[in-house]
Amino acid sequence: MLLKSVFSGFGGQGVLMMGYALAVAGMEEDKHVTYLPAYGAEVRGGTANCTVVVSDEEIASPIASSPEFVVAMNYPSMAKYQNMVKSGGIMFLNSDLITETLPRDDVKVVLVPANTLAHEMGNDRVLNMIMLGAMVRVTGIVSEESLSQAIETVLEGKKRSLVEINQKALAKGAEYIAAHN
Amino acid sequence: MKKVFARPESLKLTPFHYCPGCGHSIIHRLVSEVIDELGIRERTVGVPPAGCAVLAYNYFDVDMAEAPHGRAAAVATGIKRVRPDLVAFSYQGDGDIAAIGTAETIHAANRGERITAIFVNNAVYGMTGGQMAPTTISGQVTTTTPLGRAPLRDGYPLDLSEMLGIAAGSVYIERTSVSSPKWINKTKKAIRKAFMVQLEDRGFSLVEILSPCPTNWKMTPVQSIRWVEETMMTIFPPKVIKDVA
Amino acid sequence: MSETKEKKKDKKLMRGSHVLGEAAIRAGCRAYFGYPITPQNELPEYMAEQFAQMPDAVFLQAESELASINMVMGASIAGARVMTSSSSPGISLKQEGISYIAGMELPAVIVNMMRGGPGLGNIAPAQGDYFQATKGGGHGDYRLIVLAPAYGQEIADMTRQAFDLADKYRNPVMILGDGMLGQMMEPVVFPDPIDPAQLPAKPWTLTGCKGRPSRIIRSLWLDVNREEELNWRLVRKYEAITAEVVDQEMYLAEDAELIIVAYGTAARIAKGGVQRARAMGIKVGLFRPKTLWPYPSEPLARLADQVDEIIVFEMSTGQMVEDVRLAVEGRCRVSFYGRPGGVVATPEEISRVISSTHHRAHPKKVAGGRASGGSRLTVVG
Repeated sequence: MLLKSVFSGFGGQGVLMMGYALAVAGMEEDKHVTYLPAYGAEVRGGTANCTVVVSDEEIASPIASSPEFVVAMNYPSMAKYQNMVKSGGIMFLNSDLITETLPRDDVKVVLVPANTLAHEMGNDRVLNMIMLGAMVRVTGIVSEESLSQAIETVLEGKKRSLVEINQKALAKGAEYIAAHN
Repeated sequence: MKKVFARPESLKLTPFHYCPGCGHSIIHRLVSEVIDELGIRERTVGVPPAGCAVLAYNYFDVDMAEAPHGRAAAVATGIKRVRPDLVAFSYQGDGDIAAIGTAETIHAANRGERITAIFVNNAVYGMTGGQMAPTTISGQVTTTTPLGRAPLRDGYPLDLSEMLGIAAGSVYIERTSVSSPKWINKTKKAIRKAFMVQLEDRGFSLVEILSPCPTNWKMTPVQSIRWVEETMMTIFPPKVIKDVA
Repeated sequence: MSETKEKKKDKKLMRGSHVLGEAAIRAGCRAYFGYPITPQNELPEYMAEQFAQMPDAVFLQAESELASINMVMGASIAGARVMTSSSSPGISLKQEGISYIAGMELPAVIVNMMRGGPGLGNIAPAQGDYFQATKGGGHGDYRLIVLAPAYGQEIADMTRQAFDLADKYRNPVMILGDGMLGQMMEPVVFPDPIDPAQLPAKPWTLTGCKGRPSRIIRSLWLDVNREEELNWRLVRKYEAITAEVVDQEMYLAEDAELIIVAYGTAARIAKGGVQRARAMGIKVGLFRPKTLWPYPSEPLARLADQVDEIIVFEMSTGQMVEDVRLAVEGRCRVSFYGRPGGVVATPEEISRVISSTHHRAHPKKVAGGRASGGSRLTVVG
């Protein structure tokens, strides 16, 4: 199994943390992982994206020109990646910011109102973990336990107090999938 | 019989190659005497420049590391930072310290590096054959200013020591000369004080020494000494530029 | 079971720049001098943060790359395990000092996280500094040992190796990566830290002449006979390095009819391309030099006897390809595929290059159609 995921959105939507958490969870399951963020001038204020590969075997290329999964947190991200998703792959769209429909019928679409769900939790910033929880529930790239545990690594140090709310957000995303798909 | 004059321990028994009337040999001796008197010979590392004094490592009997042209302050910084117990000094000419090495020198001074710079100013590039130096004075004829240095074409003489005085990390900057016994004695005192600033861990110290270059100035040694005192000193007046007590 | 758990615990997901910094500290590096430039700032930032907690360590942000390499020189002269890092334009500025360090036979580790060029170029990953790294770079007759990691774990291992080689041969060592290797995160297990105090003594350093004659470290030899002697002595050292240090990875090369040669990030992409081409039934393998100088010419020459063609893939307009041609000496055809300027090719793209090359080399086989589906018309991806 070798699965490539792209996470993309506005700077500030926590896109890089989504990828990082997934990669840490994969590593904790003793899988091979690569996490490749877009870097430099590109990330200052504009769009952010990262690519995560999780595999049972050594990963050759960390670059995904045809990812199995794409998480688009805004419309520009959807537009950028809609033609790259592998046929038979899945696009996860933040339906609070994306109203457009995907012009492909060989790619499955999963809609998650990440902003709304985060607002319901009383913390607008956890939309990324809601989306990630939903994505992992659908794809099963890693187990939900590993993912939840990964948050402790991702937020170690100064951000320790935010572990719980982020873990809850993962669960909330997963529950949304269970209820709506 | 009482010995009143001897070769300092910090000088090797090697005849100087410097031209007759050149100030380098006097300055080498003064630095060596100070190192001996402070008892720091066995923990001193010297950094000679590219220039006439590049071969200084053949004369100083202390550990010596050659630096690329202008980079002595950076090399000395590297040595001193990893071995603060050592005494690091650079020995640089005007082209080395005030043209190609300006950035390294100013920033070392501004960081207050605990290093000591001996800056020999003879207003000309000596080793390469008498070209214009940053300290060449206006009107001075050199091989690259055959009609005399014209400031609007060639730039003005640069007073690096004054610039270094502005740097917050410099502690002691003095300009002296080796043009007479009186000045030679003053220079030795200045060198001693500059090393003391380092030994007291206070910051950057530098002694600029006006020094004759009869060969490239096309003068006799006597004429060159007179030129230092009558001409150079009007542009580069000897004085304590900075002394943070 | 418990062993796996233990291993899991030691494994860290870290970006390449941080891996390099941590590995350097574990190798006993206690001095770092540098100047900011993208895409490698995470490395000096890591050193600054770690060294701030270590009273015996020196971190200094210099006023320029020029100054920083000369500070490296000074620190090395005084005996420290010392490192500097930069990216392409900054490495150009360091060349003067690197030449002196090589001429003075000082150990130092220099990291180049290459970016697009020439000139200011861009900050995307590129491999345009191969010539500069492997052919000297600065003036005079000298060589750097050049290590080219391609994986996070290799960054950790090669950084340790770089410090050891630098000390062993009293020669500067360059770790040649690129922006992508620096930014990418992969799981890494670090080697145990070395206590710098336990490292072998260096009998040549300048630490004051207490109890011994004074020493000189220099690169000026006005006597041409002495300078020639130094040059030949360096050559003998370089020959010893060549005999002992050369390293490469060979992947699916045993039965290969076609070989793609690539290093660093390009090799990762090429490996993906090889996997895709293999799935199409093309017998292709990867040859990845892990040392760029000394270059693994002999193993490559042996492969050249076995294959029909070698494709060289670089993120440049073709630099390493010259070393490949020199190694192969006409044993087989050598072709080149390059994406310079910071463009990152995809594995699909490389598999297309492989399949079209394979078709050219074996027109009959493809024309006859292969059961495995290796048609040149197959577009992968």
